[in-house]
Amino acid sequence: MSQSNTQSIRREVARRVFADEFNDASYTFKESDDERAPVYLLLPTGEQANRVFFIGTLTEKDDVGEDSEWWRGRIVDPTGTFFVYAGQYQPEAASALRELDAPAYVAVVGKPRTYETDDGDINVSIRPESITEVDSVTRDQWVVETAERTLDRIDRFDDEANEYARMAREQYGEDISAYTQTVITALESLEADDELGSPTTVESSPQP
Amino acid sequence: MTDLRTHAAEIAAQFSDHLDVSEDEVETKLNTLVSEYKVPVDEAKRSVTNSYLAEAGIERDEIGRGGTEEVLVNDIDADEQWVDLRVKLVDLWEPRSDSISQVGLLGDESGTIKFVSFSTSELEELDEGESYRLSNVVTDEYEGRYSVKLNRTTTITEIDEEIEVGDNSDTVEGALVDVQSGSGLIKRCPEEGCTRVLQNGRCAEHGEVDGEFDLRIKAVIDDGNAVHDVIFNREATEELTGIDLEAAKTMAKDALDTTVVADEIRADIVGRYYSVTGPTLGRYVLADAFAELDGPAEYENVLIKARSI
Repeated sequence: MSQSNTQSIRREVARRVFADEFNDASYTFKESDDERAPVYLLLPTGEQANRVFFIGTLTEKDDVGEDSEWWRGRIVDPTGTFFVYAGQYQPEAASALRELDAPAYVAVVGKPRTYETDDGDINVSIRPESITEVDSVTRDQWVVETAERTLDRIDRFDDEANEYARMAREQYGEDISAYTQTVITALESLEADDELGSPTTVESSPQP
Repeated sequence: MTDLRTHAAEIAAQFSDHLDVSEDEVETKLNTLVSEYKVPVDEAKRSVTNSYLAEAGIERDEIGRGGTEEVLVNDIDADEQWVDLRVKLVDLWEPRSDSISQVGLLGDESGTIKFVSFSTSELEELDEGESYRLSNVVTDEYEGRYSVKLNRTTTITEIDEEIEVGDNSDTVEGALVDVQSGSGLIKRCPEEGCTRVLQNGRCAEHGEVDGEFDLRIKAVIDDGNAVHDVIFNREATEELTGIDLEAAKTMAKDALDTTVVADEIRADIVGRYYSVTGPTLGRYVLADAFAELDGPAEYENVLIKARSI
């Protein structure tokens, strides 16, 4: 059936991935030769990510810029740490980082970026499109949602038709059992919270 | 070959009132195009149909279709299909042009769809609230949105039957990941029936005008697998953000800048989870009803699943 041409430029989906898996990713690729074609980060569980959405605790923020503002934020989920960098070309995210007080629960929409260190390692970070403060309930929902999406990817990993899984096997190896463990770790942290009472009703950051 | 035979039978039936056309002859023509000249079947049908139209000296909308299918309005998903409907006339709108005799909304249990009836078709007029069987209407598509056109071959039969009109609304759930430009405090063209959103004080149709303030949000809901564009109108925006039009105008006045409203809205809603329900208009879901998904996280079943891998 005729799909409307107006939909040809589709917005990229924001993938849900825990910090642990995200930081293991290093391979990027394009799906066309066009200079402006989107760049995708290949996730080890076999999915492409041009955009990610995550919620975590902003634990530190620093202006590491020399001539102009260049904010770095450390955002922690139950499995690891996301690094976000925002400068003058991400004015909204930069001003959010400037104004937020750590610790705070924040939701981040952004694009994966990779860079090579002096040692030749590939590090991955996020260039944020938005950073907004949220509460702990929303954060817990992200943990569950991200667990579900990660399990979905693990389910599809052995599917012959899954080309990203095939790429992931070539780039990162066959064994993805670590990411099942990541999911369990993340969910067990919610379980532990529950047993401690209900911290989910506590506001994330005290107002000054 | 059987497919071509079916198509041939359809085409032959369409011209049965006008020409002496046999199925065999049509099939031969189709076959020549499809097998010998590698023309796609749809194009071949079109080409053969056109050749008979020319031969009979008639217009495309004058031919009937042998046995059109009765469909539900929400199942219409293709352009230029000939269908039958059992519908109630839900709403009549003001035609914008003399060439249009009637325009409005038809509905059945699956939802509603726009219809247009042209003056040149010389059809009887439909009455609001009445139910009809419409045979031989043709579907149309504009920016992903479907409508039906009545035409001179359409037969209208009033039926004595109360049709319950359903709503073809969709529900989308996920994280709200973006508030797009054109959100917040906006100005609309005041020309009658226009309502276009002004860009730098200009209407695309009416040029520079003194716009009227309005509030809306164009947002993106993303569940990690797919994205959905959502529009909150003024009422929905007020309910979602607690900012009403007057408050928004005051905010903009104080800041000497209308963009502060969108910034405030963004900070309020981006990164949170919502369920949004409403009719779809092109690629947009119009938010009739919505709720923030802020219940406790239900992790138990996911944990059981993860542990079982």
